[in-house]
Amino acid sequence: MATFLGINLFGLFGQLLVGLINGSFYALLSLGLAIIFGLLKIINFAQGAMYMLGAFAAWMALNYFGINYWAALIVVPLVVGFAGVVIERFLLRPIAGEDHLYSLLLTFGIALVLQGLFTQIYGASGQPYSIPDELKGGTKLPFMYLPDYRAWIIVASVLVCGLTWFMIEKTRLGAYLRAGTENPAILQAFGINVPLIVTLTFGFGVGLAGFAGVMAAPVYSVSPDMGSNMLIVVFAIVVIGGMGSIGGAILTGLGMGIIEGLTKYFYPEASTTVIFAVMVIVLLMKPAGLFGKEA
Amino acid sequence: MKMTKTKIAIFVVLGLLAPLVVYPVFLMKVLCFALFACAFNLLLGFTGLLSFGHAAFLGTGGYVTGYLMINTGLTPELGILCGTLAAGVVGAVYGKLAVKREGIYFAMVTLALAQLLFFVYLQAPFTGGEDGLQGVPRGALFGLIDLNDNMNLYYLVYAIFLFGFWLVFRTVHSPFGQILKAIRENEPRAISLGYNVTQYKWVAFVISAALAGLAGSTKTLVFQLASLNDVHWHLSGEVVLMTLLGGMGTIAGPLVGAGVVVTIQNFLSGGELGNYVSIIMGVIFIVCVLLFRNGIVGELQRLIKRNFS
Repeated sequence: MATFLGINLFGLFGQLLVGLINGSFYALLSLGLAIIFGLLKIINFAQGAMYMLGAFAAWMALNYFGINYWAALIVVPLVVGFAGVVIERFLLRPIAGEDHLYSLLLTFGIALVLQGLFTQIYGASGQPYSIPDELKGGTKLPFMYLPDYRAWIIVASVLVCGLTWFMIEKTRLGAYLRAGTENPAILQAFGINVPLIVTLTFGFGVGLAGFAGVMAAPVYSVSPDMGSNMLIVVFAIVVIGGMGSIGGAILTGLGMGIIEGLTKYFYPEASTTVIFAVMVIVLLMKPAGLFGKEA
Repeated sequence: MKMTKTKIAIFVVLGLLAPLVVYPVFLMKVLCFALFACAFNLLLGFTGLLSFGHAAFLGTGGYVTGYLMINTGLTPELGILCGTLAAGVVGAVYGKLAVKREGIYFAMVTLALAQLLFFVYLQAPFTGGEDGLQGVPRGALFGLIDLNDNMNLYYLVYAIFLFGFWLVFRTVHSPFGQILKAIRENEPRAISLGYNVTQYKWVAFVISAALAGLAGSTKTLVFQLASLNDVHWHLSGEVVLMTLLGGMGTIAGPLVGAGVVVTIQNFLSGGELGNYVSIIMGVIFIVCVLLFRNGIVGELQRLIKRNFS
């Protein structure tokens, strides 16, 4: 067994890998939250439910329609994104001018309904979703065993996060988005259809959660409460990173996943609480968050 | 003012007579949650701060009271006092952290802090983990009045509720409460008038947390149980719903909201409809936000104002 300074390297790298995978999901979810917050100035409490919906949609697609994992990876985010478009258009837009508190409560209500519905239909226990055949193998590295699917999660999430970052920071469409974040009224005056951009942004942010859900289906069991547990951690991560920057949301998500993984190895009792503890420290040292702008 | 006094008198008498008609344990449950919602409303309705982690204080009160009653043989009044103080202390610490952020961030910070406490209680040796603290003795009030009699306990719970209700009422109608409302309406202006807004928010947070703890301690005594359900985020959401449904920023709203929500839960939890509780709660949230943001009491007040003045 490979050890270094009395540390079991297999165990350590194993937990680091788990941490990186969790971090990938944190990054995808907090990225979606940050994009939505940028333009709509609301926090989507249903983001966790959308992640759960993505996982269930993948499961249902496979079991009811025989749609395999790879097709689901494309179709499900579109479906979930469309659900987001409907929610924005018919539920959130009517209260757009009101206190942001109401949109928060509304999305919380949506989350409760979705979670309750799936619990009612499929029960609280998880549904299995098997890893696609192409990724069932693994690679034996000198210090650890790396299952292909886990490597794929990390590569795919970093890719999607990177593409999203590029789209927002470097393209014309992204420029509209950033302009809308700064001043929607002036953007509208330039002849840009701002309400359409707002709707599509919400759909895209929610679609990212749906994508994360499909990715998560083979590693975690598909269960109705998978989203709510995840979301609270992601909120803590959003507070740690601050929602000022897209890149910041991605980095904080991955970083917190790694910290969680390390804690799982060195002090497992604290692994569920470490991210919240980091949040407390950040609140004390830099209340606006690591990447946030000072208010 | 005369009118209000009559109303209060009628209300108090109704509460005294209620257990003769309705099952007292159900009434006590309503009263505990109503007190919880009143405490929460002090923060949301009158200060404009949405805490999404108030279950942490209810649960802390419940656990501390339960632990002391089981292990030290404390009398119930002291057990409740200790639970309330413990919740106040947790509230003081959490409040210091939470008031550093505003609006949406405030909600996320309180939710995350409550989840932190949930995991601590899940693992801590004194909470009984998944089982919770079961069989908490009710004891005898001041060592004299046996609380195993539901009627005796009801009047204690009712007295506690009236005390909490009165405290919130007094706070809201004091100069301190006026400043809280000023913060809710226009925070920059309150700052420019020289008020230490952060300090005021913090004090409101601590009062609210302690009262939520009082509700939790009392609830533990009633059901002889303190469990993880009491610190779960679901309960934090429920108290938001009770307040929103009853009417944010109205004195009677939380009482009405708690009554409605507890009744719905009791009605559904019996059969296989249990899972619908979550769906129905979600739907009520959506309908309240879209159609009647003032809640039941708020809308009634508006109707009365429109038709009679």
